[in-house]
Amino acid sequence: MEKRPEILKSKNKINGKNLQVKSRTENLSKIREFIQEFASSAGFRQDTIDNIMLAVDEACTNIIKHAYKSYPDGEIVIKIKYKENKIIITIIDYGTAFQPESIPEPNIQEYFRQHKVGGLGMYLMKTLMDDVKYVSVPGKYNQVLLSKSINSSR
Amino acid sequence: MAEFNTTVKDQGDVSLVYLNGYLDAHTASVLESNFSELINQDKYKIVVNFKDLQYISSAGLGVFMAFIEKIRENKGDIKLASMNDKVFNIFDLLGFPLLYEIYKSEDEAVKKFSESFGEKT
Repeated sequence: MEKRPEILKSKNKINGKNLQVKSRTENLSKIREFIQEFASSAGFRQDTIDNIMLAVDEACTNIIKHAYKSYPDGEIVIKIKYKENKIIITIIDYGTAFQPESIPEPNIQEYFRQHKVGGLGMYLMKTLMDDVKYVSVPGKYNQVLLSKSINSSR
Repeated sequence: MAEFNTTVKDQGDVSLVYLNGYLDAHTASVLESNFSELINQDKYKIVVNFKDLQYISSAGLGVFMAFIEKIRENKGDIKLASMNDKVFNIFDLLGFPLLYEIYKSEDEAVKKFSESFGEKT
């Protein structure tokens, strides 16, 4: 086996991790714990970790409710890595394709009147993360990419 | 595993709902049933104490949105009290302080029910 300096080894150890869970809301706490563990070993501040956890929770809740329409046996794959001072989280599902353009920016007064909360999660994701990207290959998979710098102010 | 539970108490004609733990899409139904039950008993003056709430996602916020109209139509309100900064920040990001009265303490929130009848700030 190749001999490597200790520092590289420990960096590699936290370089990437995956979690695969079924599309059930009971798994949200497990997902948050997974994010907490990884982000804190990468050296993120706790208030930033709280925001990342919430953004990932919102993304997965949307997948469970909309992509899988609460079908409990869909797969959700969460890949997380830390690279160039950024945490990058890729969340993949195999449910119904999602058109982010179809979700309007929420108007809180309007939502309140209509009891509609669906768009709030997406608004939170965009606000809490540095970048949110969606890629859908209809009939194959959907992917949402969330990233945040370790130096982020929020 | 992260969990969530609530306790409901009466104080005069005000109902106090204490939240404990993690309020997300999985646990939101617990709070939904609390509000439904209160409404079924014609109890519309509600103070929610957030002191022991560690976490809230938009699914949790949605519960407040789902019931507030019905409660205000019946001359009641849901007033919020004792939020930690982390939870308040999420409410604030979504503009909730415009829609809900948020107080530092439970006492303050309870008192508001006897002071300003049907009046909203």
